[in-house]
Amino acid sequence: MASPRENDVKRRRLMAATVATAAVGAVASRAGAQAPSAAPSAPTSPAPANAVPTLKVSFTVNGRPRDLELDPRTTLLDALREGLHLGGTKKGCDHGQCGACTVILDGRRINSCLTLAVMHQGGKITTIEGLGTPEKLHPMQAAFVKHDGYQCGYCTPGQICSAVAVLEEIEAGIPSHVTADLNAKPAMNGAELRERMSGNICRCGAYSNIVDAIGEVAGSKA
Amino acid sequence: MKSFTYERAASPAEAATSAARRPGARFIAGGTNLLDLMKLQIETPAHLIDVNGLGLDRIEATPDGGLRVGALVRNTDLAADARVRRDYTVLSRALLSGASGQLRNRATTAGNLLQRTRCPYFYDTNMACNKRRPGSGCSALGGYSRQLAVVGGSEACIATHPSDMAVAMRVLDATVETVKPQGATRAIPIADFHRLPGDTPEIETMLDPGELITAVTLPKPAGGAHHYRKVRDRASYAFALVSVAAIVQPDGSGRVALGGVAPRPWRLEAAEAEVSRGAKAVMAKLLAGAKPTEENKFKLPLAERTLAAVLADSRG
Repeated sequence: MASPRENDVKRRRLMAATVATAAVGAVASRAGAQAPSAAPSAPTSPAPANAVPTLKVSFTVNGRPRDLELDPRTTLLDALREGLHLGGTKKGCDHGQCGACTVILDGRRINSCLTLAVMHQGGKITTIEGLGTPEKLHPMQAAFVKHDGYQCGYCTPGQICSAVAVLEEIEAGIPSHVTADLNAKPAMNGAELRERMSGNICRCGAYSNIVDAIGEVAGSKA
Repeated sequence: MKSFTYERAASPAEAATSAARRPGARFIAGGTNLLDLMKLQIETPAHLIDVNGLGLDRIEATPDGGLRVGALVRNTDLAADARVRRDYTVLSRALLSGASGQLRNRATTAGNLLQRTRCPYFYDTNMACNKRRPGSGCSALGGYSRQLAVVGGSEACIATHPSDMAVAMRVLDATVETVKPQGATRAIPIADFHRLPGDTPEIETMLDPGELITAVTLPKPAGGAHHYRKVRDRASYAFALVSVAAIVQPDGSGRVALGGVAPRPWRLEAAEAEVSRGAKAVMAKLLAGAKPTEENKFKLPLAERTLAAVLADSRG
């Protein structure tokens, strides 16, 4: 298993090769969006005279206290990936539409692409790296493997973080759009899981296997 | 994203004062709409005022038997509150029909009211849009308008307000509480809160510059059977083509508001006198003056049928 740093370097090489074939404008905006968090001390373009000062933020990621100094524009997603080299959390659409960036913040699943890192002073964040390890998988990770709940795997960290939080939401009695009786405890069934997982898109279409995987973990909890 | 400066506000009044002092400042709470728009440079605030630490995240009973919902109460918490589920069911249902679990965990009550339209031309910075760039024209008129307004629009703009929550708030006669930069507070009836576009579609609400929403209050429960029925292109995680919020009383009278058809939640008290006579009679008044496009005229019969289904449900 490659270290996070090695993975990061591989990914960067791949990205460099990819963007080299893209239009100049696209390269510029890509660099502009990522440079602040990736290398605050060595921006890819000359900093303007009125450059925005960086801000300090401290939060806990996967149980470990972390201190960062960031351009305020840095999303939580970019802080995790570029600042802390936790590449498990994925950037899909970067607009809150796909769920690939789902992490658990203070016990709740959120889209890490639609929040600024500096807004989470003192927060507690759990990413896919904090749920389990290759040697000791989280039960949800193991169930996704067993039920083939993915094909390409890109959406999988977000699916798994979301799924773990979904079971806690049902457990806590938080209703959903398909909950028939709002004043009763929501059921743990396929319809509830599908509705609650609708913020996580899988372009490979592994949905039925994903529901099977979550259902198995839900069953073992019940 | 354009660069901006950032501060964490310490009190609602201080946040409002800071916003008034800094032109181009915006409040940020959940950020689920604002950051999306900032990445696309549709919103380019020079300064962000983070209001998440203001303690406006409680739901409290009011002396007259209603509820006061803090501006920062997350959509998940509002939908799941036992009092809201029991006494303001239409609000829980509306919230749960919107967005995704992840977004509802961050999105706030005030932010939901202030979210911008999902008109495709508002989002496409290469196209004319009077809301995004006043005076540039409206590409939606004669363009792709399937999702857009059939009533309440103007020659300048036919954008819809995308919120489900606001439609329920409208049918519940909610009130929006605010604080202004000099510290004055006011209460704005939800009916007056969102403006129609007229020839200034860039001005969407009654709020003054720097004015901060602190809470939304609900009057004492209206009783009756609560319904929120949303028709959309997918079964989940999609904006409404048409939605109906309704409270129907045992005697057959009721209240009705529509979502997905207008620049704001669409309710006419005069049309509600017709509820006991059925959906057709209600819609004849509620959608009188509708000016649909070829692409969205389907919303007129769809709204009537959706209300008919709701009224049939309420009869059991």
